Amino acid sequence: MAKHPKLAEWEENELAKSLSRFPERKEKFTNHGGEEIPRLATPEDIDSDYLDKLAFPGQYPFTRGVQPTMYRGRLWTMRQYAGFSTAAESNKRYRYLLEQGTTGLSVAFDLPTQIGYDSDDPMSVGEVGKVGVAIDSLADMETLFDRIPLDKVSTSMTINSPAAILLAMYVAVGEKQGVAPKDIKGTIQNDVLKEYVARGTYIFPPKPSLRLITNIFQWCSQMTPAFNTISISGYHIREAGSTAVQEVAFTLANGCTYVQTALDAGLELDVFARRLAFFFNASSDLLEEVAKFRAARRLWARLMKERFNARNPASLMLRFHTQTAGNTLTAQQIDNNIVRVTIQALAAVLGSTQSLHTNSKDEAHSLPTEDSVRTALRTQQILAHESGVAETIDPLAGSYYIEALTDKIEREALALIDKIEESGGVVKCIEEGFIQRQIENAAYQYQQEIERGERIIVGVNKFQIQEEKKPPLLRVDPEVEKTQVAKLTETKKNRDNGQVARSLASLESAAQGSENLMPCIYDCVKEYATLGEICNVLRKVFGEYKDRG
Amino acid sequence: MTIDRLLEGLKAWDPRAIGRAISLVENGDESAQELLSALDEDLIARATILGITGPPGAGKSTLTNGIISQLRGSHKRIGIIAIDPSSPISGGAILGDRIRMMQHATDKDVVMRSMATRGRLGGLCATAGAAVRIMASCGCSPIIIETVGVGQSEMDIIRLADITLLVLAPGLGDDIQAMKAGLLEVADILVVNKADCKGADILAMDLEAVTRKGSGTPTQVSMTVATESKGIAELLERIDKVDKEHRDSGERQKRRRGAHDQEVLDWCLEMLRPKLLAEITRRNLPLPGDPRLKAKKILEEQ
Amino acid sequence: MTDKTKKNRVLVGKPGLDGHDRGAKFIAHALRDAGFEVVYTGIRRSPEEIAAAAIQEDVDAVGLSSLSGAHMRLFPAVVEALAKAGAPEIPVLGGGVIPDEDIVALKAAGIVEIFTPGTPVDKIINAFKDACEKKSGG
Repeated sequence: MAKHPKLAEWEENELAKSLSRFPERKEKFTNHGGEEIPRLATPEDIDSDYLDKLAFPGQYPFTRGVQPTMYRGRLWTMRQYAGFSTAAESNKRYRYLLEQGTTGLSVAFDLPTQIGYDSDDPMSVGEVGKVGVAIDSLADMETLFDRIPLDKVSTSMTINSPAAILLAMYVAVGEKQGVAPKDIKGTIQNDVLKEYVARGTYIFPPKPSLRLITNIFQWCSQMTPAFNTISISGYHIREAGSTAVQEVAFTLANGCTYVQTALDAGLELDVFARRLAFFFNASSDLLEEVAKFRAARRLWARLMKERFNARNPASLMLRFHTQTAGNTLTAQQIDNNIVRVTIQALAAVLGSTQSLHTNSKDEAHSLPTEDSVRTALRTQQILAHESGVAETIDPLAGSYYIEALTDKIEREALALIDKIEESGGVVKCIEEGFIQRQIENAAYQYQQEIERGERIIVGVNKFQIQEEKKPPLLRVDPEVEKTQVAKLTETKKNRDNGQVARSLASLESAAQGSENLMPCIYDCVKEYATLGEICNVLRKVFGEYKDRG
Repeated sequence: MTIDRLLEGLKAWDPRAIGRAISLVENGDESAQELLSALDEDLIARATILGITGPPGAGKSTLTNGIISQLRGSHKRIGIIAIDPSSPISGGAILGDRIRMMQHATDKDVVMRSMATRGRLGGLCATAGAAVRIMASCGCSPIIIETVGVGQSEMDIIRLADITLLVLAPGLGDDIQAMKAGLLEVADILVVNKADCKGADILAMDLEAVTRKGSGTPTQVSMTVATESKGIAELLERIDKVDKEHRDSGERQKRRRGAHDQEVLDWCLEMLRPKLLAEITRRNLPLPGDPRLKAKKILEEQ
Repeated sequence: MTDKTKKNRVLVGKPGLDGHDRGAKFIAHALRDAGFEVVYTGIRRSPEEIAAAAIQEDVDAVGLSSLSGAHMRLFPAVVEALAKAGAPEIPVLGGGVIPDEDIVALKAAGIVEIFTPGTPVDKIINAFKDACEKKSGG
């Protein structure tokens, strides 16, 4: 990169003088990833062809945002992830959040639900209702959305391996309310590839999982065209310890894999690609994060255009939800977390996210209380209405540093994506452990920096106090498991068990073939077959994935 | 546990006793001697010891897991020893082979031990040999030793085995010629795992060509897809065949003799090493002068 | 015999359904760098599997991680499983998202130490060292 003609002069004069009086705080300023952060950026650091690199909002390559008016037209969706214990309790929290001004629902499911076990399964003991709501059958789903009109809210469901089943349940609830499937709005996470490397709620091996995902793409494009069929996630990859570049690279590589799998299954690119959505992390390095979001948008647009020949502009747009970084929350001096979340939320907004979840201050201890959740929501509302950043579009564009960094992240992410491609693709790299090792090494390095005091976490390895105040915490009542199991038993008694058996048998034979499984799953769900029963049929046919370590 | 209690435990197939017994040997505990002298020699003589080696990423652990699942169908008692390298810097190790075999963790008739090389050379072989004998005397057969085929110590481990499997996989970037020509000579059975991947057939052909050069008859290559349990039954049949051939031809006895002598030698060296080192240190020999001559002198004076 | 080459052996694993293994992996690596031999058993293990593995590997201590709130059920279950399988002397240490009030109950149930987020890794390694030493002595 060329240097500014007067840079050397400045370095030899003003800078040298200042350095001789007192040196900089550190010998080397590095980011997570170990790369050096430059002292400053100048116009020479950016390769400026406005129309080529940035263009206007809503215009390829979408660096500045995917909508022409961005937040001037509509603010980002304030979508707080919530859910715990029983469907009835979660329903109460959802109605509270809607009253307080959230504009979309985001459902958290408990681990047994996410991994396809009913609440009475031995594997579920101790876990029912803990990290999210327990859903065993359509009956629970009906309770969850009681008095919530599905034609008025959009719901994001964080569910992956059994996504097909939860989606079917959601559509079934809508139908019972009189809402046509084509009017159902929302998202299912449905991103199984990241489960194998960062989140761990996998059930089946990669191949049959990809089949289920393409079945969903196809079914939704006909039945629920307003529904986002996948939320290709970088959030968890980052939480597992990756760098910003790795977050972008692995997420977009996974995205390309889903696109290719769908194409191989005969789906038409410009029909399903518009409904692909993404989910990123907003970590604490404000400037790097803003650059990261912009780089991701530009890179995805380029990949879709150049590798997949997407024609429709809608296929080129990277639309994403963001969550502030859970792994930055500290158990010490928890009020500090409000400040962290504010910075991270600001990064997401300056990065033009479509929707945002802000974490609550007490989440390093347990699930958030109602009060903490309200503060997290207010953080977004203050950003939206008091800070001014939503009044203009992509305000940091043109900043030498931001543009140089955006270019850098794009370049490095693309190199990593190419490397994965050369090594045989994402699925192969997962099986070889390549992606896992990259993440592990980055995580280890980061943690070691903290342990050595090279990286300061306020309140944890510097500025500690003797903690006195014990924050009021949310406790999930252990009775929840009993209640849920009782409800499950009731449901099983009241349904037509003959019909259940028949629908499960149809599913089994369909799974052995190659047809789309969604219609069969939909039938099972409507007969109140349980999540565990459906998943066990699929486990039988597909097998279970075993972690290679 | 006292030695008597341990021996009782071994007879009763108590995993606690087996674990403790192996630790005693690994840690160089004096009481290990008594234990090792009291093992069931008959069972040791009859057991089959399988060595599984190959480069990282070939799928050895997954294959071992598949073999165990298959063998449990015929109700055999199985022992597994998985060896991973110790960090030369910290002396610690991550022993991660067990992950792929955890489905058998609560099976009473499958006993697994993860061992680290602990920077020993011949010593590892000796310790692993003792662990094999302990498992064998509890009725384990086969006993599977799994190592990564990269270092000399791992090569030595393979000498402990009656039958050695070399597991390879396509696309690992290994050039066969460059790779471990030594291992190709040592292996009784070649396995191409991930046989459903591109390049598997070519790899198999290359292996047959290379092995044909040496002996005229190529070593047959078994194709497996360990993740889907494909080819494992056939592989076990082949192992049985080779086992029978070796027993009939006297090859098995020959190898046991070789392994035995090697093991005794390794123990000699393990026991001499600290004594000799202490002697050398004590003498504080002047730096100039031929080391070999100095060594000869010390040995003569022992 | 040969030089005594005793190493501290520890098993690190995650009981239950929680799949977030970043912390467990970090501790495994940190223990390795401190000279421990670490048998790493990964995620989604039952308490019985962990206990069985711990006994076969004759470890000096077991480290558990849980971030899903199921620790009150799962950690004591591992202690129980170890006792049932004949090895009540193997100490169990745990870490994760665990509220302070639960720590008292967990210790009463036999878990030796609990580490909450932000605990310096040196503290954790020393706790493992102490636990291993106590077990060998005892």
